Amino acid sequence: MTRSLIYSLFFHAIMILLTILSLPFMIRQPIDLPPIISVELIQISENTNIPFAPKARKVLEKVKEEEKRVVSEQAPPAAKAKEKPDRIPLPKKQDEKKEIIKKKQNPKEVEPEIRQASEFEKKEIIDANQIAALIDKAKEESAKVEKSKNKLTQSNVKNSFASGLTLSEEDALRAQIFGCWTVPLGLPYDEDLLVRVKLELKQDGTINKSEILDHERMNKPGQKFYKILAESALRAVRICQPLRVPQTGYEKWKTIQLNFDPTEMLKG
Amino acid sequence: MKKIFYIFAILLFKTSIAYSLIEVDITRGNLDPLPVAISPLHVDPQSDNYQDIKTKELGELISSVVEKNFRSTGLFNPLNKDAFVQKPDIAHLKPRFEDWSLITAQALVTGKLLLKDEKLKIEFRLWDVAANKEMIALAFTTTPSNWRRVAHIISDKIYERLTGETGYFDTRIIYVSETGPKTQRVKKLAIMDQDGENTKYLTLGNELVLTPRFNPTNQLVTYLSYFRNLPRVYLLDIETGIQEVVGNFPGMTFAPRFSPDGKKIIMSFAKDGNSDIYTMNLESRLVEKLTEDSSIDTSPSYSPDGKYICFNSDRSGLQQIYTMKSDGTDVKRISFGDGLYGTPVWSPRGDLIAFTKVKGGKFYIGVMRVDGSGERLLTENFYQEAPSWSPNGRLLVFYRETKSGKNGKGFTAKLWSIDITGYNERELETETDASDPSWSSLLSK
Repeated sequence: MTRSLIYSLFFHAIMILLTILSLPFMIRQPIDLPPIISVELIQISENTNIPFAPKARKVLEKVKEEEKRVVSEQAPPAAKAKEKPDRIPLPKKQDEKKEIIKKKQNPKEVEPEIRQASEFEKKEIIDANQIAALIDKAKEESAKVEKSKNKLTQSNVKNSFASGLTLSEEDALRAQIFGCWTVPLGLPYDEDLLVRVKLELKQDGTINKSEILDHERMNKPGQKFYKILAESALRAVRICQPLRVPQTGYEKWKTIQLNFDPTEMLKG
Repeated sequence: MKKIFYIFAILLFKTSIAYSLIEVDITRGNLDPLPVAISPLHVDPQSDNYQDIKTKELGELISSVVEKNFRSTGLFNPLNKDAFVQKPDIAHLKPRFEDWSLITAQALVTGKLLLKDEKLKIEFRLWDVAANKEMIALAFTTTPSNWRRVAHIISDKIYERLTGETGYFDTRIIYVSETGPKTQRVKKLAIMDQDGENTKYLTLGNELVLTPRFNPTNQLVTYLSYFRNLPRVYLLDIETGIQEVVGNFPGMTFAPRFSPDGKKIIMSFAKDGNSDIYTMNLESRLVEKLTEDSSIDTSPSYSPDGKYICFNSDRSGLQQIYTMKSDGTDVKRISFGDGLYGTPVWSPRGDLIAFTKVKGGKFYIGVMRVDGSGERLLTENFYQEAPSWSPNGRLLVFYRETKSGKNGKGFTAKLWSIDITGYNERELETETDASDPSWSSLLSK
């Protein structure tokens, strides 16, 4: 009897522990995106497509001119695009990425960003005021994004920390689709223009299956524009294929969701 | 027991390490013109007079009208027909999409026509090349002389299917045709298709005519004529040619425009140096005075729902734009920028008001929201004015004059159109010099 009870308690404890570990909300802490992340982003890759303020752009161009060698240290290895230029290389070691993700899940641990800034200071590339200017700009921009669309901001946080793509990989994919997506111009500005497309990809980046997640909206009265918008989104991914996906980690990105929303663009 | 535990534990672990769905936000796209392949319509061999060259060319002519319409929008890039691999007789059945995607076409238009027993039957299909599927298929039967209108209707249907907004190709523009030297201009009312074809003159040019405006059914036109040197607002039936004076005002009436339901005409009436805005019901002939001010109130224009009116007035000392309810109450000034504002016109969508602005000796065509915010100047020139909206509210047509030389030579007046984004500014083809354009609503609704 006692033995059975011990077994029972032991197994229950394990079950509770496993359940806790497997529940997403238990492991994902709410994250406040530190503005300094944008500074780090610029350094990840020279080909990044994330827009930044003209003032910050000037500072960075100046930095590049003054010391190209140091910038290349911050960028991924130059040999990345030689074999397959349409692919985005993953960081060298998976272990490194896991470590970064773990750190970013805790908002208090901001050591990587601080360390990076101090490296700049040591090499006297840009002074503290320039860094501060960049950070201030980044703060302004992130505040604007949060104000304009909370949903997208949350999505960005999720993309940055919980997805299987690094920021530069995600950025490259986004830039590729930007070029393929011809936005219909007859869209109403005051309607919900979000189209969510779920894609199942093959390993070479071609599309196995595509699905509009809110397809029932297409046939609703007064939602004629949504059908045209959804079609344009599907056309974009079909024209773009093969998509620029990493060479490795297929399991992570074989299913991907693209959230098309031209609201900001149309409003100018 | 142990086995069950292990299996359960493995399953739980597997669940906990499953990858979350990657989401990528796409908030920008390109605004490049959409590459469209417009294949010539296949002429059915069973057509009457099939060997006749005109019949054979009809398919080519219709597709060229569609192509010209699309090119004029600035939103589409019709591809060169020389690059087409599939011939029209095969393409209209089932296109080989690989051939069309090779030439970067994203949309494809195919079709066929049959001319039999004095009837013209035209079928067309719009294909999504990337998705390998049909987007729209329609057939029209009409008299052969109407082939150009069918081409415009096809253009409208394709435009609507690809952009989500109604087209504006099956429409007409009425304007004042101008000939002769600047000091002795002969001005006639003229009407043409929006692409400059089928021009017809409605008056002889004996009297000065100004500001023609369509009514919503497009059969009536109201305009200002100096018949017997007395400027008055007239009403003209395009089909019958019958004209009549609007109202019996003891003075000058001008700046007429129809209400959205076509039942009223709103205009200005000037007497003793003061002008106010009046409406006249075309059925009951009852006249109503809407403004009561010692200033010059003119250029009234209804909102598309007929509940509001915009107009310009110098009651503040400078000519500015005002809005009021359709009964004349709740007058609000909405323009506050530098310079003078005139000729306000409410957009058919209801969201914008187009205007002419004069500032620093230059003339601008611009738009603002109905509360006066978000003013955008679309184009600047030496002299330009009188904007009129396309029926879908995407384009503005206006006229622009060039500066004449010392001897009066070099003066021209031409119609221009511009997209509300400020892009795609282009001159419209007219037989003569032209001014005061007014765009009709869609002829086929």
